[in-house]
Amino acid sequence: MRPLAWYQLREEIEEFLYFEADLLDQRRFKEWLDLLAEDLVYFMPMRRNVKFGQHAERENTKQGEGISWFDEDKWTLGKRVEQVLTGVHYAEEPLSRVTHMVSNVRLLDVRPSAEDAQEVTVGCRFLVYQNRVEYENHTFIGRRTDELRRVGSSWQIVRREIILEQNVLLAKNLSIFF
Amino acid sequence: MTTPLPIDQMIDLRRGTISREIFVSPEFYREELDRLFTRAWLFVGHESLIPKPGDFYVSRMGEESVILCRDAQGAVHVFLNSCRHRGMKVCRYEQGNTSLFVCPYHSWSYTTDGKLQGVPLYRALYDGTLNREEWSLIEVPKLALYKGTVWASWDPAAPDFLDYLGGAIDHLDQVLDCRDGRPGGSEVIGVHKWVFPSNWKFAAENFLGDTYHNPSHRSVDMIGIGPNAQRGLRRDNEYNKGQHAWVGHPAGHGMHSVLMPPTMEYEPSYAQYPAVDEYFRHCFYERKRRLGEKARLLPFTGNIFPNASYHGRQPRGICVWHPHSPTETEGWRFFLVDADAPAEVKDVLRRFYMRYSGPAGMTEQDDMENWLYATAASKGTIARRHPFNYQMSMGAYRTDDPIRGDVSLQITEQTPRNYYRVYASYLNGAPWSELLGRPQVRTAAE
Ligand code: FES
Ligand SMILES: [Fe+2]
Repeated sequence: MRPLAWYQLREEIEEFLYFEADLLDQRRFKEWLDLLAEDLVYFMPMRRNVKFGQHAERENTKQGEGISWFDEDKWTLGKRVEQVLTGVHYAEEPLSRVTHMVSNVRLLDVRPSAEDAQEVTVGCRFLVYQNRVEYENHTFIGRRTDELRRVGSSWQIVRREIILEQNVLLAKNLSIFF
Repeated sequence: MTTPLPIDQMIDLRRGTISREIFVSPEFYREELDRLFTRAWLFVGHESLIPKPGDFYVSRMGEESVILCRDAQGAVHVFLNSCRHRGMKVCRYEQGNTSLFVCPYHSWSYTTDGKLQGVPLYRALYDGTLNREEWSLIEVPKLALYKGTVWASWDPAAPDFLDYLGGAIDHLDQVLDCRDGRPGGSEVIGVHKWVFPSNWKFAAENFLGDTYHNPSHRSVDMIGIGPNAQRGLRRDNEYNKGQHAWVGHPAGHGMHSVLMPPTMEYEPSYAQYPAVDEYFRHCFYERKRRLGEKARLLPFTGNIFPNASYHGRQPRGICVWHPHSPTETEGWRFFLVDADAPAEVKDVLRRFYMRYSGPAGMTEQDDMENWLYATAASKGTIARRHPFNYQMSMGAYRTDDPIRGDVSLQITEQTPRNYYRVYASYLNGAPWSELLGRPQVRTAAE
């Protein structure tokens, strides 16, 4: 049995993740950017088909080296938001309809303690549905690991790792946020 | 198809029109696979992906999976990724090192030079009938290694790769050579793979020199994502003082390059990263010293016929547009850096490449959007009755002046007109002399 504070913290973190997802789905991109720490790492590796036993070592491309789908900072994400807001970023003009589903939320690490949590590592599953223009549909499913930092009465995202369950990307673009 | 397709009616170079059929029809697509992808030289990969004996990298040629592999002796091979017994894919890993490819189906095994080695129960079931020598993996008859890149053709009669390249080599070299002018020396730092619902030729055409689509990238130019982003735009304006040139080659290759003035000076770039700026400044003058007059040619984008496109500098890489169907394409982008560039330079480049290129790239997302809906809106019966317009800058070029090829000094659709002339020759089953040669019929405007 865990202490009550741990369950309260999980509730608080879940609330935060749902709130964050809702900002994106409501296209409140600038407010969403405010939830990202200045030292943010936003990382989505590419996944490879490797031999059994090599998964830990070679399945995912690595942060900080070579090419991934995303390996970027807050400046770049800010640029992505700015680009959408130009109204002439045709890959998102007209805007896609997007729903973020977040589930399987688990606190993986809490520092220093659940009672006085300043930093939290939280794992979840995501299902992101994108519908665009008339007939375009994409479903992105995978796992996310987020590092959150307490800022006042709320939280900021310091690191987000997005593990998309695809090898060859089956969407023409990754023009939305995860 | 039993009746020949009226390809010459579909591609009217005198008038400057091309039928939408070749972008959407299953019949033309079939002909492309049978007559074009079985003959033309195709980009397969890069030696930096298979540095050691036993290393392999699974690639594609046209619709089909192939294994690029370095055998135990160090020789490079390209094999069809299909077992000789019942066709099972013998390798479903993307990359790795092995001494044998063991087929998962009935366990025939092949050595890294393609030879059939293991046949279970050989003595009891096959002795005296199956001659192993005759059942090696199917290997490409023509293979070329050029400055790290690997190319192959399924046609034993194909000309040597360098003859196939012709004058395009002057431009391709600027992609493959070190930034300081030393020959070769690039390495692949990652490969994007993604599928998109568009005809593959839209992508190839984009790189042939479709500078005209610049307005579609307005959003990135407005916000600035280049290495010098404080000054806006999506990349540095390195070619500020150069003469832009759009060049078509007789074998169908085309590109947009720049001829810098003889007095060319380094244009400050990467201003956010002083050490990187310094590195490129050094490379610029070193290259100028090494290459002399030849250093004036710098690359923008290009397409080596039929489907190997490149971006020459910012960003730098080779994209291959693998056909899946008339209306679906798999894009593979191999990102390149100088293998011996300093770590900080490589880091700045890879970050720029990621935010610029491919499905997650802020610039190229807009390309994919355009290719998708251009394909989709060309499928209809009525749409197919109305050809695309390719009349831009008709006749406005000179041959072999001031560089090799048909050179236009203004934005032009001469490079795609030239490309589709060669494309039609392949679909007509023309001999190699015609596929490599100058056009027999010139357009009226010439
Ligand atoms: S298909 Fe490969 S051994 Fe039978
Ligand atoms: Fe483009």
